[in-house]
This record gives sequence, C-alpha cells and structure tokens, in this order.
Amino acid sequence: MINMALEVIEAGLAVTIQDNGRLGYRHIGVPIAGVLDSELMCAANHLLGNHHDDAVLEICLSGPVLQANIQATGIRLSIVGSITAELITNQGHHVKGLAWQTVTLKAGDRIKLSLVTQGTGYVGISGGFQVPCPMNSRSTYARAQIGGIEGRALRVGDYLPCHGFDGNLREETYAQAVWPSQEPGPIRVLLGPQDDYFSQQAIAKFVSTPYQVTRDWDRMALRLAGEPLSHSALGSEIISDGVVPGAIQVPANGQPIILMADCQTTGGYPKIATVIRADLPRLAHVRAGDNLFFQPIDHKGAEMARQARRALINHWCQSVTTRPLPNCFDEATLLTENLISGAIRGDDEELISLGLQ
Amino acid sequence: MKNHQVTLPYRLLPLGDTAWTVEFGNEIHPDIHGRVLGFGKALSALSLRGELTEVVEWVPSFRSVTVHINPDLTDALTMRDKLCKIASSISIASSAGSFWELPVCFAGDYAPDLAAVAKAKSLTESQIIEIFTTTRYRVYMIGFLPGFPYMGGLSELLDMPRLATPRQKVPSRSVAIAGRMCAVYPWESPGGWHVLGRTPIRLFDKDNASRPSLLTPGDEVVWKPISPDEFDVIEEQCDRGLLNVNSLKQRGHA
Repeated sequence: MINMALEVIEAGLAVTIQDNGRLGYRHIGVPIAGVLDSELMCAANHLLGNHHDDAVLEICLSGPVLQANIQATGIRLSIVGSITAELITNQGHHVKGLAWQTVTLKAGDRIKLSLVTQGTGYVGISGGFQVPCPMNSRSTYARAQIGGIEGRALRVGDYLPCHGFDGNLREETYAQAVWPSQEPGPIRVLLGPQDDYFSQQAIAKFVSTPYQVTRDWDRMALRLAGEPLSHSALGSEIISDGVVPGAIQVPANGQPIILMADCQTTGGYPKIATVIRADLPRLAHVRAGDNLFFQPIDHKGAEMARQARRALINHWCQSVTTRPLPNCFDEATLLTENLISGAIRGDDEELISLGLQ
Repeated sequence: MKNHQVTLPYRLLPLGDTAWTVEFGNEIHPDIHGRVLGFGKALSALSLRGELTEVVEWVPSFRSVTVHINPDLTDALTMRDKLCKIASSISIASSAGSFWELPVCFAGDYAPDLAAVAKAKSLTESQIIEIFTTTRYRVYMIGFLPGFPYMGGLSELLDMPRLATPRQKVPSRSVAIAGRMCAVYPWESPGGWHVLGRTPIRLFDKDNASRPSLLTPGDEVVWKPISPDEFDVIEEQCDRGLLNVNSLKQRGHA
C-alpha cells in the first residue's frame, strides 16, 4: 500500500526525517547526518516490526501536528523518547499519553506531538517514511539540501509519504519494560586523536571540571563553556584530518566543541578526546545550561559499555508485545482524563463492547 | 603510475572506539599524500576481495586516512592490528585518479576577487589567469562541504591569506584560491577564499549515487579559460543533462 501520506498541519521546530545516516560518502565530504540517538530510532522501529534503521521523524525542539490523509485502513506510528502525543480523532475526541507504544491513525485523525521537557524524541511509522533515498539514505542534511523532505526540516503543508498499515487494527504494540534510560554520570571518552596538542594541566582540567552546554548547539555541534583548555607547543591548529560524531575539538579559545551527526567529515582543530559510541546517544538530549563531565576510558572499557547497553536494549525489545484496544493507552491517563470526557476515540464500538461507555 | 616499495613511519591515532586515523606525516606534500593514496588502494583491494567487511568506509585527507569500523563486526583493538599490518606493507601511489581539464570563466561577476588579487600581487589580471591556468592541481581531499575539493599545487606567486572577513555567500561553482590551494564551492555557502572565476560544471550531483562527486582524492585538474558565451553553452548542457563528464577527462596522467 503506497501513496499514503501524513500531512504536516503544524511543523514544530527542528523536525527532520532521519535514518541511520548516509554511510559511504564521507570520502567526498558528505556528512553522515542520521539520528542523534540511534537507540531510540531502533526502539521506534522495533515497536512497528520495522527494520531497525527505517526512516523516522526526529524532534529536537518542538513537535509537529500530523494528519492522516489516506484511503486505506490506517497509518501506524510509534512514539519514543521524552515526548507526549495527543490523538485528535476524526470525530474530534482527544486521547493523550501515547509514548512508548504504537498508535494507529485513521483517515482524518490528527496527532499532536510535544516534547515533555527537553531532549529529543522520535516517531516511527510502519514501513518507515518513504521519502527519496539519495546516496542510500533518507537522512536530512540541511546544509546541502540532501535527503528527507527536500533536504530540510518539516514545513506546514508537507506530505510525508508512507505505507498504509494493513495489520491488525484491533491491537497496538507497547513495551512492558521501562526504557533503560542512560545513567546520568560523566560522559565517557577515549583521549585522542590529538591529546598531545594539550598540556597535562589542560587534560587534567578536561576530565575533572564541568563544561556547560551553551546556547550554540544544533545537529552539527555542541559548543561548551568552562575552564579554558590550553594547547601544548604544537599549537591550536592541525592539518585537517578525519572526524566523527562525538569528537571533541578545541579551537584557539580553549573551549571544547563536541561534533554531532551533521558534522563535516574533516576538521582542522586538535581533538582532545572522542565520546565513546555507547554514550553518544546521551548527547542528543543535552541542552543549553546542562553541565557535562568527561571521564577517560580505554578501548576495553568502551567495548564493555557498548555490550552492556546492547544487553539492556535487547531486554527492552524482548518486552515488546501487543494488547487489544483500547487498553493500549496509558491507563493512568485513561482514568483521569479520557473517561471523564467519556470518549476515547471516534470509532467507539470497541469502547462500547468493553462496557466503558 | 609508478610505485615504490618502502617502509616508512606511520601512527595510528584513536578517533573514539569506532575509528582509527592512520597518519603518515604532518605536512601537505605529494609524497605523504602518495602514501595516503597507497593506503587507500590497499584498502580498496582488500575490500574488493571481501576481506574488509568490518570497515564501514575510509576517508583520506592530506596526510592521513581515517578508517570507520562497524563495532558489531570487530573490536577496535583487533582492527588496529589489522590496519598496522596493512600500513606496514603499502606502496606509494604517485597518483591514483583521473586527470581533468575543467572550464572556468574569469569574466565580470564570476570573478569578484580577481582584480584585488592582481593588485595585491602586482600582476595584471591576464597574468593571474595565465599562472592559474598553466598549473596542474592535485586533489588532496574532499571536505568542508560535499564535493568541495582541496587542490594543492597553486603557484607561490598567487599565495594569498584567506579573506579577513569571510563572505556570507559565495555562489556555487565559484573557483577560489587561498594559501597554496585552489578549490571549487559546489554549493552556495559562506567562504573565506578569493574567488577568481566560475566553472559551469557541477561538482556534486546527489542524484548520481555511484559518483556524486565529480572529483575524488588523487585526481588531477587543469583549468581551461572560457568566455562568458562558452560558459552559457556548457551551463545549459549541464542543466539539460547533456554533458558527458567523461569528455572532460584528459589522457596523460602524471
């Protein structure tokens, strides 16, 4: 089933289509882009039975309102992260509390997505968003207008192409286990590749004092402010070499910059350290004013951290199961809000059959 | 193509737990870049034989190659040993790519900094063009923006520091110089290089998945001056998809 679409009624802020990134083109200067939190992308897709890296919506600042414009039975979404969703049915009923589960939109239904406090949230869709796939990825890279919807964030009036959902409409999928949120401790790093460009004191400061995220953060980089890191006699510039998301470069002013998914493929500032893969998703959720601490770790420690994360996520994935409507909605919300208004969704037959109305 | 069998020093630098930077030196020099290209060729050969599945991709730069690995298929320390083995046994590739003759127009709006560069160097504009178009440039790396080639070999007669205040907008396809390098802006973007002209050729085509960037590291380029009328003709050919870029390739590689 194709030619389905979600229409963007409100665009939100900094909402883009992303997948696992545009791998294989960094040698010609194309950043990988892709989701900031690959774990949440996997979670969103797992709830839908998708491939783990099917294209999802990434919401960094504020969420969009989307409407199902379809002829078929429905469009199934999944919602993960610190995000709330409100379903506004084609009958005008409101249903809240839909995170960490799937929700199926019928023709004319709208869904309103909002970030809870801070952080980045994701919306998956059955089969993944079906935007074009230039250079083997659907990830949006805005600087060069590649991927996603015309290589940019969502706008009002956009149509997000997708597949219709042809599975069982009478049940939704959810996770029984609570998502294994990352520990709040220091961000773990491997020193290098250019730690020799820094004085011993600078490295000691880097791993012991806080660095605050400034207002200057986006999908390309997080600029930090803290104790300045002085360079060694080698200086504050290198002949440009390869970088990776998580690399922490330090220009002449001594203030570190953590590179993020949209970062350029090479850079000319010395990199004091690089965030380990297991901790990279945490950076998707830091915002201006947050204090970051860094802790050095070795390759073996990084590998153990990666495997530990993987085990936790596998455990969560194994807890994913289905339940019949309407109990898919968060029950606390159901009791406090929806039953008071007396309606859960427009096609109320199921509610009646369950004796709720 | 000539190769020398040598053993020269290199370093492996950790770039997090999913990448290594194999560094062959600390200067911009054709010999060091030759080792970069040689290492890339060795990786390509292994990859073609299916012996490098754990490698996601590798990124050559002026003096190093960054190798990105899939942590699900190997661990970083095993990969380090494998890369050391490869780096110890590589040849120097004096060149690895294609030789291109690319058109450039130096007229009017296409060349906002030509007069200033001529003045700074006490040369005429014609002399600048003459020097610029009689040099063969080497594509050291692609970075900064998709398809942005850093090309070395610019005459010391044209060595200029970057603009004190970068431009907010450099038009796409601008041909520009800074230091001993020249480059082309594939996209409209901010930029601090001196713009000498514009090429009608598109350096980057995102819809061409097999070869989105016209140039790759190791390629060589000479610039051929064209008139504004010729610019218009070639630009239209490009717009209509009628230009065969292979017609821009020259024989007689270094």
